[in-house]
Amino acid sequence: MPLLDSTFGLAILDAITSSAGFKVVAKNFVYFLGGAWYTIFITALSVAMGMVLGLFAGLGKLSKNKIIYGISTAYIDFFRGTPLFVQIFLLYFGVLPLIYDNDSLSSAIIALGLNSGAYIAEILRAGIQAIDKGQMEAARSLGMNERQAMVLVILPQAFKVVIPPLINEFIALLKDSSLVSAITVAELMHRGDLVFANTYQATWVFGTISLLYLVMTKTISMLGDYAERRLATE
Amino acid sequence: MIKMVDVYKSFGKLEVLKGINFNVTPREVVCVIGPSGSGKSTLLRCINQLEKVDRGHVYIDGEELTDPKTDINMIRQQVGMVFQLFNLFPHKTTLENITMAPIKIKGVDKDQARDQAMELLRKVGLVDKAHVYPNNLSGGQKQRVAIARALAMQPKVMLFDEPTSALDPEMVGEVLAVMKDLATEGMTMVVVTHEMGFAREVGDRVVFMDEGMIVEEGTPSQIFDNPQNPRTQSFLSKVLSF
Repeated sequence: MPLLDSTFGLAILDAITSSAGFKVVAKNFVYFLGGAWYTIFITALSVAMGMVLGLFAGLGKLSKNKIIYGISTAYIDFFRGTPLFVQIFLLYFGVLPLIYDNDSLSSAIIALGLNSGAYIAEILRAGIQAIDKGQMEAARSLGMNERQAMVLVILPQAFKVVIPPLINEFIALLKDSSLVSAITVAELMHRGDLVFANTYQATWVFGTISLLYLVMTKTISMLGDYAERRLATE
Repeated sequence: MIKMVDVYKSFGKLEVLKGINFNVTPREVVCVIGPSGSGKSTLLRCINQLEKVDRGHVYIDGEELTDPKTDINMIRQQVGMVFQLFNLFPHKTTLENITMAPIKIKGVDKDQARDQAMELLRKVGLVDKAHVYPNNLSGGQKQRVAIARALAMQPKVMLFDEPTSALDPEMVGEVLAVMKDLATEGMTMVVVTHEMGFAREVGDRVVFMDEGMIVEEGTPSQIFDNPQNPRTQSFLSKVLSF
């Protein structure tokens, strides 16, 4: 008799579907998907904010102007040199209430955006410096000013160089967005935590959440591969 | 057309140009020769201010480039430059490399820039490579595109910085041929080169540099057949020995 005949397979399936953990996950799956949507939303807005901040701070670190260089360096040092978890608390409970009537969602996006901006700044700076000096010279010799040369010649090439490290940063940011569950943003980790607290089905709940995070991060890395292929010039 | 008066340039403690006086008249082809480290390339790069001079004056068409009030970007539009390592923009096709500066800086109409670029590609024999990226071109083809790119700005002067030094030997000829055509058309050219044959055949004047100074200058036959300075003689005996 074969070990895995159909009755045996059905018995296993039945054991799984009738387990308490499976029922918890099945019941809450749409709720988890809603949390994943929140995670994507927070990450997307933070990345957009981080890219803008990162571009300015990255160029600022290359600036000959001492004040611009100083501000950029201080910003990058602080947000790279202190824990993101601490930054979230500092901004949510400390700094942002002084500026506006802050809620947890917008505070989370600002904290993550400021943090990723510092990392993205260093990524972009390295990318710009990786472009051969002759490119700037060729652009300038054609009569472009420094800004035109940067926008038309250097940045498009630097952008291609930095896709892999940028994708790394986006993936790290998406995972780190789970930290904002601590300030009650109803994203994926927070929802998992709530369901776990009511059911104690740790393996089923956090296993499911891990898989959802994995699907999201894998999607980002596939988008990165696609972008690299699209920008290939050979 | 180009006038350099008493130009000095140092990189840190290394003095590269030690009082250069140098003139180029319109339609003239001047070839600059000399041993490596003699300051030839630096001299060329000082003409369009890719290197700032420490002391002295550089004029193009009567405008002083060393005057801080001069708009250097306007002047550079009229001075084409071709580099040893081509420096084509790898993220743009051949055609886009040529049309970028006319469209973005001069504001030339896109179709017009495109037609002009195709005309230039015809001139350098690369019409079939218009939509190819630089990485798919040979060295000689890259350099011909680089020449077309510089010409697209309709410069009054063309500067060549060892344009064939990075090429495989069999590709040197195609680039020199394009440059020779350009000279025949009456383009004002300054060419830093190790191609003595080109200097002799195409150059109106040959300038020999050594240790940051212009040691000797004259017509190709004066320099190559009857050099006066012992340093010129010694250099030429090494490069023309076979």
